[in-house]
Amino acid sequence: MTATASETRATRTYTAHAQPAWRRALLTRETAVIVLLMIVIAVALAVVPNFDSPLTVTYLLRDIAPILLIALPMTLIIITEEIDLSVASIVGLSSVMTGILTEAGWPFAVAAITAVLVGAVAGAINGFLITVVGLPSLAVTIGTLALFRGIAVGLLGTTAITEFPEFWTDLAKDNIPGTPIPGIMIPFMVLAVAFGVLLHFTPFGRSLYAIGLNKEAAAFSGIDVGRTKFLLFLMSGTVSGFAGVYFTLLYSNARGDNATGMELSVIAAVLLGGVSIFGGRGALHGVIAGVLLIGILGSALRLAGITSDIINVITGVLLVLSVVSASLLAWLRRRRISAIGKKKGRSATPVESP
Amino acid sequence: MFSHDRKRRPLGVGLTALAISAALALTGCAANGGGDGGDGEGDGDGGNLAITFLPKNLGNPYFDTSNAGGEEAIEEFGGTYAEVGPSEASPTSQVSFIQTAAQQGVGGLVVSANDPEAICDALNEARDAGVKVVTFDSDTNPECRDLFINQATAEGIAKSQVDLIAEQIGDEGQIAILSASANATNQNAWIELMEEDLAANHPNIELVETVYGDDDDQTSFDKTAALLQTYPELKGIISPTTVGIAAAARYLSTSEYKGQVALTGLGTPNQMREYVEDGTVTAFALWNPADLGYLAAFATKALIEGEITGEEGDSFDAGKLGEYEVGADGVVLLGDPFVFDAENIGDFDF
Repeated sequence: MTATASETRATRTYTAHAQPAWRRALLTRETAVIVLLMIVIAVALAVVPNFDSPLTVTYLLRDIAPILLIALPMTLIIITEEIDLSVASIVGLSSVMTGILTEAGWPFAVAAITAVLVGAVAGAINGFLITVVGLPSLAVTIGTLALFRGIAVGLLGTTAITEFPEFWTDLAKDNIPGTPIPGIMIPFMVLAVAFGVLLHFTPFGRSLYAIGLNKEAAAFSGIDVGRTKFLLFLMSGTVSGFAGVYFTLLYSNARGDNATGMELSVIAAVLLGGVSIFGGRGALHGVIAGVLLIGILGSALRLAGITSDIINVITGVLLVLSVVSASLLAWLRRRRISAIGKKKGRSATPVESP
Repeated sequence: MFSHDRKRRPLGVGLTALAISAALALTGCAANGGGDGGDGEGDGDGGNLAITFLPKNLGNPYFDTSNAGGEEAIEEFGGTYAEVGPSEASPTSQVSFIQTAAQQGVGGLVVSANDPEAICDALNEARDAGVKVVTFDSDTNPECRDLFINQATAEGIAKSQVDLIAEQIGDEGQIAILSASANATNQNAWIELMEEDLAANHPNIELVETVYGDDDDQTSFDKTAALLQTYPELKGIISPTTVGIAAAARYLSTSEYKGQVALTGLGTPNQMREYVEDGTVTAFALWNPADLGYLAAFATKALIEGEITGEEGDSFDAGKLGEYEVGADGVVLLGDPFVFDAENIGDFDF
């Protein structure tokens, strides 16, 4: 499996020089998602009544903010061919901690920081089990998904804590003055840029691609695979903890079952944004476009009066198509490349020649 | 691999930035030109009569009935009816539907709240955007809505059950109460009011015991059996809970006490139909959800058209139901509980 995937990638790198830069850019998954996003926005503006209201922008950004936040570390994790299914449970746990500590009379800022730390600890537990004990992340995070959710629901039962200082709930909800853009977008932008720089401009980021492509080769070239993965799961837990505080303030509601199922929205958006589930491939701008695409599509369909069941079906079809189209594109490229190879009378793909 | 990625990036990043700024610019422009919600779809004279019903969850026969009542009313006064809702009754899932209604600029939103607090902020934002908010069936905090349409008061519920049992047993003899759990706030309030009513107005009826079935079908069934064995002279049972009354009816219908011991309380027509038809139960009470939805729709219309503001003492016309007045805390009372019997049970499906 890994061997085939790296062959495909090697092939693409090799032949990349055969086409002009603009054409290569247009053929990437990221570009396809961005074009699709622009089409959806254009159609929604033209067809859906009230889609062009500032309220739509506000609600949309507010609702997708936690997904955007968690998608940042998730992108890095999936690039290393791992996955974190426990993120939504960490959101729930952090939400419950925020509520319980606030109710116990802690100053809100201290309660919130503690809740983020709880998220970090949860992420560290995932990281420990995956890198030190050496278990697969899929198995570990399925387990901790149930574990963290269980603790969250166990701590608070079926009740909800709904009293939070107005200053903080306003901070989570209010717009940047004079715009329909919620203030939460500012920390998000900072984080997104930080993750973008980390992934695309640092040796650490490059090492993630290397790990995703070939773990053994990465280890031989001096990358500490275990430490890198531990850091990623720690980041994921911390960001999920932060998202939990935000979620609590947004709905003025700390509940054990908050954000149930959100891990699926996050992973769907990451994959739709062009990150390969087999690791080693993906870019953060594609993921941001993927999150926006799912969010805008859902918002436009709801506004058009489509029921949530059908919206789920449409998002599901989109996701399956995006995964299928990735394989289809790769297959088409391989065919074209071998055709070019035959025309030139020599193989342009030494990796692939038998 | 990496060099390839790096070459591609500037164009990709540029496109993302373009898409986001295009989206923001377009919405921004429209925001200035389009006027701010609320008065968008106003048809007819003065008010925007687009009204959306948001039940606790979809596919619930109780809300199907209440919302059908709302739809009937909206058709009568020429508004636009819509129903949206989550598939499961959770509070945060209602928020996105409230937001959508605000974005659509509907005139009114009629909500049955899954949680008194969790949807408060969303409702207040919708009200800021010009939407009139009416709760029915299940209320939020009073400061989060314009009106609450209350199905019945505790006094009304208690009195209707005492009246029903008194009528069925000839106003004398032993009765018992089969309640839900011992700490259910609403049940205990009703039972206390029933005891007061019995002491004041029915001196010949003796309440021998109150037992608790914990809103569990089997426990309620067993408690009914125990009651009948302990009190051979028992003439009637009141069960002010839909689980209890159905379990008690099931026990009575197959026992020697069928037709001998009267049973009444709060139940739903679909649960109780077979026991009314086989003569185990003569009559029981609940509110009429169709009327509740109908009244909520007319109240919303009155708010939208500025006929009322939700102040105590405001009054409005509610079509076939007549004239209604707003009480304290913006509560409108539908009226006395509705009595279901063999005559009318066939008209209901919930």
